[in-house]
Amino acid sequence: MAKSLLSAVDLAVGFKRNTTTVTLLGGLNLELREGSLVALLGMNGAGKSTLLRALTGDTQPLAGTLLYDGRDASSMSIIDRARFMGLVSTERVAAGGLTVTELVEMGRQPYTGFLGRLSRHDHQVVAHAIESVGMTHKANEYIASLSDGERQKCMIARALAQETPVIVLDEPTAFLDVASRIETMQLLSDLAHSQGKAVLLSSHDISQSIMKCDELWLITHDREVITGTPQHLIDSNALNRLFPSPSIRFNPTILDFTHTQ
Amino acid sequence: MATTLLLAVACVLVGSVNIPAAQVWSIVTGQGCDNEAWTIIVLEARIPMVVTAALAGAALAVSGLLLQTSFNNPLAGPSILGVSTGAGLGVAIVMLAMGGTVGGFFGSSVGSYVAILMGALLGAALVLALLIVFSSIVKSSSVLLIIGILVSYLASSIISLLNSLATEEGMASYVAWGFGTFSSVTPSQMPVFASTIIVSLMASALMVKPLNAMLLGTRYATNIGVNVRRSRNLMLLVTGLLTAIVTAFCGPIGFLGLVVPHVARLMLATSNHSRLIPATMLAGAATALLCSLLSVMGSHVIPINAITPVIGVPIIIYLIVNRRKIQYFN
Repeated sequence: MAKSLLSAVDLAVGFKRNTTTVTLLGGLNLELREGSLVALLGMNGAGKSTLLRALTGDTQPLAGTLLYDGRDASSMSIIDRARFMGLVSTERVAAGGLTVTELVEMGRQPYTGFLGRLSRHDHQVVAHAIESVGMTHKANEYIASLSDGERQKCMIARALAQETPVIVLDEPTAFLDVASRIETMQLLSDLAHSQGKAVLLSSHDISQSIMKCDELWLITHDREVITGTPQHLIDSNALNRLFPSPSIRFNPTILDFTHTQ
Repeated sequence: MATTLLLAVACVLVGSVNIPAAQVWSIVTGQGCDNEAWTIIVLEARIPMVVTAALAGAALAVSGLLLQTSFNNPLAGPSILGVSTGAGLGVAIVMLAMGGTVGGFFGSSVGSYVAILMGALLGAALVLALLIVFSSIVKSSSVLLIIGILVSYLASSIISLLNSLATEEGMASYVAWGFGTFSSVTPSQMPVFASTIIVSLMASALMVKPLNAMLLGTRYATNIGVNVRRSRNLMLLVTGLLTAIVTAFCGPIGFLGLVVPHVARLMLATSNHSRLIPATMLAGAATALLCSLLSVMGSHVIPINAITPVIGVPIIIYLIVNRRKIQYFN
């Protein structure tokens, strides 16, 4: 079995409001393996972002241990983390005045010196990252001139230039049209399966996730986390626990949810 | 670069006393001049003024750039966020505490002007600390801007209160300081003024990596290995130093810090700080020299703060109106 790059042991995530601690998800045991594409699914408010923020180290988990390649994540330096995990989030960035190349070059920051000068190797990595997402023809254009889908590709290229074994993406297909969604999912699948990266994404796109991902992490409406291959989760009827409404059912022939009487 | 040099030369040549260019040349090159008054004017007034304007302009412009990037707010600047007013308040308090007059002009003793510089620095630091606290509470950048303006009002009202306690002479000198001037740094104070600014400017040039990272927001910056809190505090420290020293010597000069970074971005068509920082320094020096030149062209010396809005306001309105067309806003 492929090596586990990121593991959560008895992890609890949530938030603290004043003096009370609200646990959204508890007792989590998760493994993200080398060369696999994993989708985190859950309805709005289920805790997808909270879980992702804890897994990426943006927030401290309420309990449990987070291991990055076997090392305790909380004891790693900020640079070591930067070399371990690349992030693509939904935040809109104020990078309109940068070119595609300049944006992707930022992925090299964990490797460059104090002044940020890029070596020949750094330039090669950047060019290759841009090529991987199919943006070479726009490498010198401003981010401001790109469509949402192209911007998303650039942010993915930036994470690729970081050369990390793990890439985490927060709803990478949220604002994209169908064609860009399919392209993005295909790209992520290639990264996992041909470059051996561990790719974790959160998504609302059930059918694309079932078709492309090796594993799904399902947050049910009553806040249980069920993991398994898409086929396993379909067969065990786990997908139907995604939403509380009994009339919204998963239809295995179209791989999506429909309204049933 | 060329523009900056040209403006510097023009500033040495032009003044309220008419001195022929050939004479100015021989004074500057050390060949001397028959007219002793002219020699004094050029060497002890005009050249210090040119150096002061260039350094102060670069300093304020870089302060504005650091504030705009670290607060992710294109309309931030040392005067709008109240940093200049904070420094001014510090100056006023120290002046009053020392029993002297309230104002920015320096006494003869070294101790007094070091104390005033410290006052300016503390005042600027206090406002910056307030802004840091508020920026973690309010997420909206326009709300932060309003808070900056309110803090500025508050500091102004304390300054007015102090002024009402001061002597008439003190008040007059404070009002004069408030007009803004580049001719208040004497040759003996120049080393302190120039070295503080040059060191701070060099420090800002070393922050290209975190500055660029911050364009992507806190989460991405952290992800590429930038300690956001520490970097931002460092940036604000440099901003505070630059703003405080310029404000203490030259008065609270408005608009330069806000406008010049935009001029640099528009001219280079980039938000990449590796090119933006040197461009902002040069453009800041050029703009301050232009203001300085305009202020001495007439028969009366016009206050700097009467000129900066005339240059600054149209540019800001242009920026706001064309927001959607300008790359770096999108």
